[in-house]
Amino acid sequence: MIGYALRRLAVTVPVLVVISFGTFWAAGEISSPAAQLTLNPRISPEAKQAYIELLGLDRPLGVQYGKWLGNFVTGDFGTSLVRNGQDVWPFVERALANTLLLVAAAVSLSLLIGLAVGTISAVRRGSLWDYTSVGVSFLGISIPVFWLGLMLQLFFGLYLANWLGVGPPLLPTAGIYSPGRQGFDLLDRVRHLILPTMALSLQLVAVYSRYMRSSMLEVMGADYIRTARAKGLRESRVVVRHGMRSALVPVTTLVAIDIGQLVGGLIVTERVFQYPGMGLLFLDALNSGDYTILLPVVMITAVAVFALNLVADLLYGVLDPRVRLGRGALRHV
Amino acid sequence: MCAWGAGRSAMSEGLAASGGRGGLPAGRGEAESLATERPVSPWRLALRRFGRRRPAVISTVVLVLIVAGAVLADWIAPFGPTEQNLDDILASPDGTYLLGTDTLGRDNLSRILHGGRVSLLVGVMVALIAAGVGTVVGIVAGYFGGLADAVLMRLTDTLLALPGLMVVIVAARLLGDGVWDVVIVLSGIAWMALARIVRGKVLALKEQEFVEAARALGVPRRQIMRRHLLPNLVGEITVTASLTVAAAILAESTLSFLGLGVSPAHTATWGNMLGGNEGFVVTAPWLVWAPGLAIVVTALCVNFIGDGLRDSLDPTQEER
Repeated sequence: MIGYALRRLAVTVPVLVVISFGTFWAAGEISSPAAQLTLNPRISPEAKQAYIELLGLDRPLGVQYGKWLGNFVTGDFGTSLVRNGQDVWPFVERALANTLLLVAAAVSLSLLIGLAVGTISAVRRGSLWDYTSVGVSFLGISIPVFWLGLMLQLFFGLYLANWLGVGPPLLPTAGIYSPGRQGFDLLDRVRHLILPTMALSLQLVAVYSRYMRSSMLEVMGADYIRTARAKGLRESRVVVRHGMRSALVPVTTLVAIDIGQLVGGLIVTERVFQYPGMGLLFLDALNSGDYTILLPVVMITAVAVFALNLVADLLYGVLDPRVRLGRGALRHV
Repeated sequence: MCAWGAGRSAMSEGLAASGGRGGLPAGRGEAESLATERPVSPWRLALRRFGRRRPAVISTVVLVLIVAGAVLADWIAPFGPTEQNLDDILASPDGTYLLGTDTLGRDNLSRILHGGRVSLLVGVMVALIAAGVGTVVGIVAGYFGGLADAVLMRLTDTLLALPGLMVVIVAARLLGDGVWDVVIVLSGIAWMALARIVRGKVLALKEQEFVEAARALGVPRRQIMRRHLLPNLVGEITVTASLTVAAAILAESTLSFLGLGVSPAHTATWGNMLGGNEGFVVTAPWLVWAPGLAIVVTALCVNFIGDGLRDSLDPTQEER
C-alpha cells in the first residue's frame, strides 16, 4: 500500500507543476497588473517602468515562474503584486480558515442528513418517504447553487421578515461579520454561516443520500443480513450495526472523491454571499491578474483535492479488505 | 442510427456465446421474446420499460413543451427578445407582460423563450461533443490497452481529479464569450466520466467470444470497434450524455452568473439573464426567479429522463 501511495505521489508532482505553470501563464494572459497601470493617466511612463521592474514583470515568463516556484516550495509565498506589496500568506491563511469553517459546517451537516435520509429510504423502499426523498434529491442536483443562494437571500433577507412583520432580516445575507462589530462574536459568526451552509448543503445532501441509498440497498440484500435477522437480532441493530456499517464503505470514498465538485460549489456560494474564503479570493486574484495570490489558492486547492483522492483510494483498501490496490480500476464506481 | 442492425447481430452473438452478458437489455429480453414468439427488439423493450416510469414520462412531456417553446419562440413569444418598451421599464408581472420586464423594458417571458434556445443548444452540444470524445478515448484505451491505455487513463484520471469549476473559470477567461467558446470550455471537462465507463465496458466486451470471433475472421480493428463494440455501448453513452445535458445547462448558468458565459451582447440565455440581474433580486425578483425556474425545471426533467433511461436500458440496475 505504501508503494502504491508513493507511485501515486510520483505522478502527482509533475501534474502539480503543470497546473502551477498553467495557472501562472493564464493569470498573465487574462490580465496583467502592468496593463492596469497603463490605463491610469496620472502615472508617468518612467514611474510605470520602475514599478514593472520592481515587480519583475519585465523579465521572461520562465524566469518569473522559476523565481516564484523556488520561493513557493521553500514556504515563501512572497508579496502581492496588486495589494500594495503586502505579504500574500495572511490573505490566503484568513481565506483558508474561513473556507474550512464553511466546508466543515456544510459537509458535516450534509453527511448527517444525507446518510440518515438515504438509510431510511433504503429500509423503507417504495414508501412515500422514499419517493419524496428521491424526488428532493433530484431537485438538489438540478438547482444551480448560485440561484439557490439568491433565493435563500431573498427569502430570509426580505420575504420572511416582511411576512412576520419584524424589522431587521432574520439572518444576515452577506459577509461574515455584522457591520461595525468589534472583536470576535461567536453568535454573529454562526448566524452569518447559516445561509451559505444551507446553499452549499442541498446539493451535497442530495448526492450523499443517493449514494447511501443505493449502497444500503445492495448491502441489505446480502446473505449476512439475512443471517443477522435469522439470529433474531432487533431490526434496528441489523440496520445500524450490520447494514449501515458496510454500506458506509463505498460512501466514504465517494464523499472524498467528490471534493473536487465541492470546490465549485464553494466558489459560487462564497461569491453569492460575499463570504471571504478561498473561492472569493480566487475570483478576485483572477480578475486582477495577481498570480502571487492566484497560485497559492490554486495550488492549495489542487493539493487538497489530490490528497483527498489518494486518501479515498487508500481508505477503500483499508475499510474493505477484499480490495487490493494497485491496478487503479477501483476509482470508478 | 444505422448502427442498430449491426448492434443487434453483435449482441445476439454475444448473448448466444456468453449466456446473456450482452450490452443492452439482455436476460429479460430473451425471456420475453421467447414468450411472445415474435422476437421483440431490445429497443422496444427498453421503451416499454421507460414508459412504466412515471417521473420519466412526465419529464419527457414537460421537456418537449420547453423545447417547443424555445424552438417556436419567434411565433409564440409576445414580444421580440430585444424589443424595448421604454414606458414599461421593470414592470411587474401583469396581463401584458406575463413575467414582467427588465431594466431595458424587454419582456421577460419572451426573453426566456428565446434564451432557452441557446441554453438548450449549449446543453445538447456539450453532451454530444463530450459523448464523442469520451467514447473514442474509452474505446481506444480499453481496446488497445498497454501504453495507449496508460496514457489516456492517466490523463482522464488527472482531469477528473481537478476541481472542475476552477478549470472552467480560468478557461472561460482565456477564451471568448460566444456560444461556441462556452461549448468548448464545458465539453473540455465533461468527457472524462464517460471515457472511464466506456473503457471499463470495453475491457469486459473484448474478452467475449463474439469479438474474438471477429478478430479471428480478420475483421479490421477499426471495424471491430465500430460495429461490434460501439453498438454494445449505446446504453451507457445515452445515459451519460443525457445527464451531461443537465449538468451543462447548470454549468452554463453558473458561468454566466460569474460573468463568464455567453455575453448578453450576443444573445439572451437563461444564465446571462440571471447573471445580469442579480442586483434586482429585491426590487424586481421576477427577473431572478423566472429564468432560474426555467433552468431548474429543465435540468430536473433531463435528470429524471436520464435516470429513466438508465433503468430501462440496463435491466441489472432496474431494481435500484
